[in-house]
Amino acid sequence: MKDAEPIIRIRGLRNQFGDFVVHENLDLDVFRGEIIGVVGGSGSGKSVLMRAIIGLGKPAAGSIRLLGEEVSTMSDAKRALIDRRCGVLFQNGALFSSLTVAENVAVALTEHHDLDADIVNRLVMLKIALAGLPLDSAEKFPSQLSGGMVKRAALARALALDPEILFLDEPTAGLDPIGAAAFDQLILTLRDSLGLTVFLITHDLDTLYTICDRVAVLANKRILVADSLDVVEKFDEPWIQQYFQGPRGRAARRATETHPAKQSAGT
Amino acid sequence: MSESGSAHIVDDGRRITIEGDWTLEHVAHLSAVCARLQRTPGEAARIDARGLGRVDTAGASFLLDLAGEDPQRIDVADEATRKLIAAVSKAENAPPAKPRRKDRGFVASVVNIGAALEAFWKNLVALVGFIGLILAAFARSALQPRLWRMTSTVSHIEQTGLNAVPIVALLCFLVGAVVAFLGATVLQEFGASVYTVELVGYSFLREFGVLLTAIMVAGRSGSAFTAQIGSMKAREEVDAIRTLGLQPVDVLVMPRVLALLVSMPILTLVGMLAGIIGGAAVCVFTLDVSPLMFITRLHETTTVRHFWVGMSKAPVFAFLIAAIGCLEGFKVSGSAESVGAHTTSSVVQSIFVVILIDALAAIFFMEINL
Repeated sequence: MKDAEPIIRIRGLRNQFGDFVVHENLDLDVFRGEIIGVVGGSGSGKSVLMRAIIGLGKPAAGSIRLLGEEVSTMSDAKRALIDRRCGVLFQNGALFSSLTVAENVAVALTEHHDLDADIVNRLVMLKIALAGLPLDSAEKFPSQLSGGMVKRAALARALALDPEILFLDEPTAGLDPIGAAAFDQLILTLRDSLGLTVFLITHDLDTLYTICDRVAVLANKRILVADSLDVVEKFDEPWIQQYFQGPRGRAARRATETHPAKQSAGT
Repeated sequence: MSESGSAHIVDDGRRITIEGDWTLEHVAHLSAVCARLQRTPGEAARIDARGLGRVDTAGASFLLDLAGEDPQRIDVADEATRKLIAAVSKAENAPPAKPRRKDRGFVASVVNIGAALEAFWKNLVALVGFIGLILAAFARSALQPRLWRMTSTVSHIEQTGLNAVPIVALLCFLVGAVVAFLGATVLQEFGASVYTVELVGYSFLREFGVLLTAIMVAGRSGSAFTAQIGSMKAREEVDAIRTLGLQPVDVLVMPRVLALLVSMPILTLVGMLAGIIGGAAVCVFTLDVSPLMFITRLHETTTVRHFWVGMSKAPVFAFLIAAIGCLEGFKVSGSAESVGAHTTSSVVQSIFVVILIDALAAIFFMEINL
């Protein structure tokens, strides 16, 4: 799988705000069908990296190839086509607060495809069920949902157009451990069944140990290492050692060693 | 564009073969294909999807339609597709929600009218209650200077008063000029064009000065109060104030009410002066009345009681605009749309109340010969 053309290929990326450089000479490859976890300290620019990849932020230098197309020089028409192949779950859900959950999911379907109302409704219900939401929440407004349900509703919206790549910005932040574990399993199931590629920003060590195929560590303005957890854990860098050898890191690893929840990807 | 999916019945209806791409972009066509095939009942039909091209959740959903929602009846070429179909099948078997029915008939419109009336009544009760709350807060803090929020109040005076001076002055100047024009044109026919001076003086001192200012303030500051408090409410900041042992009425409402109580009379004075100056400008340029003559005539014919009639309404309007603006802010719930809806409602209500009270006051002052 890994010898194929990467689905996201970043070379020499530089992002800066004024004089403040966030990324410098950053390289990263993401391959089709994998779940890559991006970790880094607060303020290390994880979200900035994600925004640069999906074209919401313009990098100062470097090249980002997304699905084989250069992001910065893409035409608007091309951009719209590529956008449809990406699903994004923002940190706080970013659900449209004046629309119900069902209408939130339907937006992309009705805007991009000329479909009958009952087909749209049927697909919307399918996505809502796939995201693990009870169907009676479809008519609720985002303000009536709990934190975990907002994340699931946002996931349903991200899945609306059957994307090839799913970008998740801290999907389990603010969820209780049971909810977070269920969300992890949901992402794993979706990846295995829909063949998604998942770009996952997280602080949640349990998530890293449970579902990620590879982990990319963002520190010192670049990706220090991007590899399987076994390799990353042993990487000789103080921040990484602190991150994975701290009490939380050790606990998370112990948990996966005793309950190997990770399922092999069948793709 | 890829090849749209298709399905064919083979072996006398015992097997359906699937070809092409079953994806979202072909959904309309796939829906038609499925509807056509389902009209010819094939009970034991197996779905042979080994020739399937690309497939996504939408396509899988229609494949399951053909198979009577039984994933076991679909033969697929690879494991990934089987997993996809299994996941979709599982999602589709989730318990269905109760269908929601929307009635748009006669009964529904009667219900709407009733609901609107009830909402109006509740609004009124809430406003009266809120005014009581503000008055109680006034009484509580009046004797305790420690509780006066000077910084906040002064800041609001700047925003609602000082910053509004140019627009209020300009607006009143223009309306003053228009009134003088109309007056001059009509009164000229009676040879009484010099009465334009009284027309401008009376109208601005008694009515227009305070009314125009109140409408400007309602649009400018009342809406701002609603939006400020509303977004705080939506982000649970109002609840945070409560948990810190503070009263939202003291912290958020009192400074705004006090600020408008100070700003409105000053703005009203500015508005009256600007309106009279606008009228004077027209008189000077079209009626050959010198500025000195204008002032002398105004002085001779217009007594100061007109000024007090107008000015007495300013604090009342200020209080009501601030109360409605803040109350609408507290009614905001959750969404961004709610902030917008309540801001609109705040402006409409304030202007309505201001004009209503102005009309009642005009009758009242006329009856007592003021």
